[in-house]
Amino acid sequence: MSLLELKNVYKIYGDLHALDDVSLKVEKGEWVSIMGPSGSGKSTMMNIIGCMDKPSLGQVLLDGMDISKESDKSLTNIRRDKIGLIFQQFHLVNYLTAVENVMVSQYYHSMPDEKEALEALERVGLADRAKHLPSQLSGGEQQRVCIARALINHPEIILADEPTGNLDEANENIVIELFRQLHNEGTTLIVVTHDPEVAEVAQRTIVLDHGKLVREDINENFEAQNSSAAKPAENKKTEEKKAEKTEEKKASKSTGKKKKK
Amino acid sequence: MKKRKMFLRMIFASLMRRRSRMIVALLSVAIGATILSGLVSIYYDVPRQMGAQFRNYGANMIFTASGDELELAAVNNAAALIPDEEKVGVAPYRYENVRVRDIPVVAAGTDPEGAKATSPYWSVDGNWFTGAGEMMVGANVAESFRIKTGDMLEVTYTPMTDDSAADADNVSYFTVTGILQTGGSEENYIYMTLDDMSALTYESDRVDLAELSISAGAEELSGYADKINAADDVHASLVKRVTASEATVLTKLQALVLLVTIVVLALTMICVATTMTAVVAERRKEIGLRKAIGASDRSIIREFMGEGMLLGLFGGIVGSVLGFVFAEQVSVNVFGSSLIFRPLLVPITVIASIAVTGISSLMPIKSATEVDPALVLKGE
Ligand SMILES: Nc1ncnc2c1ncn2[C@@H]1O[C@H](COP(=O)(O)OP(=O)(O)OP(=O)(O)O)[C@@H](O)[C@H]1O
Ligand SMILES: [Mg+2]
Repeated sequence: MSLLELKNVYKIYGDLHALDDVSLKVEKGEWVSIMGPSGSGKSTMMNIIGCMDKPSLGQVLLDGMDISKESDKSLTNIRRDKIGLIFQQFHLVNYLTAVENVMVSQYYHSMPDEKEALEALERVGLADRAKHLPSQLSGGEQQRVCIARALINHPEIILADEPTGNLDEANENIVIELFRQLHNEGTTLIVVTHDPEVAEVAQRTIVLDHGKLVREDINENFEAQNSSAAKPAENKKTEEKKAEKTEEKKASKSTGKKKKK
Repeated sequence: MKKRKMFLRMIFASLMRRRSRMIVALLSVAIGATILSGLVSIYYDVPRQMGAQFRNYGANMIFTASGDELELAAVNNAAALIPDEEKVGVAPYRYENVRVRDIPVVAAGTDPEGAKATSPYWSVDGNWFTGAGEMMVGANVAESFRIKTGDMLEVTYTPMTDDSAADADNVSYFTVTGILQTGGSEENYIYMTLDDMSALTYESDRVDLAELSISAGAEELSGYADKINAADDVHASLVKRVTASEATVLTKLQALVLLVTIVVLALTMICVATTMTAVVAERRKEIGLRKAIGASDRSIIREFMGEGMLLGLFGGIVGSVLGFVFAEQVSVNVFGSSLIFRPLLVPITVIASIAVTGISSLMPIKSATEVDPALVLKGE
């Protein structure tokens, strides 16, 4: 049985089909990227998988449970117990310190444990920033706090919506490296991104367009990339592609802005 | 237990690290609590303060003989039935017809201390008489006889006896210590101590009436009167004009204070509700985030309620201190006397202020639970 299965899922706003007959299976431990132009329904899909929204039509099975039929209350419980969320805008509670932000997640899940929260921050390389408020952290650091928060309760599945969208090259690599570690520990990862660089480190890339699933690429080299020996080569490749990538990034961002306005 | 610690850590952080925002909310709660505790202090202190004011208008209870004669001892016994702390003054009076320079005048024997206390509005030009051989003269008498302070006066008393031994006049000499002005009939009398009166008349312990000034409400007063009348030596009656008007003014004043209290309470609630609504609106994103990472509606309610109540606690503490200062100022300026500090009012104010913030936060907090986690995380 797959960990996650979407069966003919629709999300309809008025006459706009934000998701249009999407079917998808994600196995336990898999690392999947989702790409697609702005407005293609990526965030909509993530919200549904993340139990924050319900499909208009279709079935969503998470761990065998049909979450499209659950009440808001039990969706909250599923979200709390099974899912770790990472967002583009590094949402942190602005009056809580880094370590407190991580502890909030523990607080809702089970028991706050400052020691464990500090370990999670150490893991993302922020041990010395634990007592800082979000406003005293850089964007990359904030995003790493979000990752620490997402992984603190050992979720089965981590959903990241453009986790590197606002990060520079160095921080992007830190985040990818953390994902790689999580993957190796068996965590299921679903990552929305505009950045092909980020997408292609996954095992599989899914492309959405106008709410439809239009393409699916399997990464043949995944095993090789993922081994630690492959890392330097991977970094080199990153540098080569740098110029191309920045252009792409600019392009996608500007279309995104146009669309939103 | 650890969960509670984190809960407190979060709500304290929210209040402390968002100080500039919360100060407005705190201010509105504190002002509400201040006025509330101040007005309640005044409300409870008004009877005492008003009573003291009204005691300036003279006696509110009169003892007269229930049989033929009123004995001084009976007056003292009856007065003993009234608690000392409420007794402002007791003035027994005995009136006799005497002659000064062969002209008939009414002389009153009384206790100067008691008279001073029961009739605080009497004004004396000179000094009150204090002991043997001293006398105070009513202004009218002083004018007719051209008496000045310091004069020596011969007072003659003729006992009324069956056998007409008319020559057996009793004579005493007095120094005039002061001239009494009251604006009333008291200006027609001359005043001396009861002992001097006894010496002059060869008759002791008999009085005509006693005036009492008692600092108590109308109900308590009639209670005392009933108790005294039950024992049949003395007949106690209330000076209706004084007690009734005191009661009316008191009721009106208390009603006014109560009304203002209710209005202030309502205003505070509106103010807190508005502030909390703004707080919730401002923190929609945070609420969405908390829900997204697994907060149930109940946790959200608990956290905001916790913040609201913490605000109520701080506001209540500040308010009960400032409230006492406020009430004290009012008391000193309006009634000219200090307020009694009521320690019970502190916890009452704090609890009331927590309750008020809690109740007025209900609606805004309810709207917090309606925040959709999906929407919040989608927008910028
Ligand atoms: N609550 C809503 N009401 C109406 N339309 C909505 C709502 N949420 C999303 N949409 C629409 O659904 C479509 C898909 O939105 P979605 O946020 O999933 O796009 P996206 O692929 O995440 O785009 P981006 O890359 O810009 O984040 C868009 O056209 C959007 O306008
Ligand atoms: Mg999106």
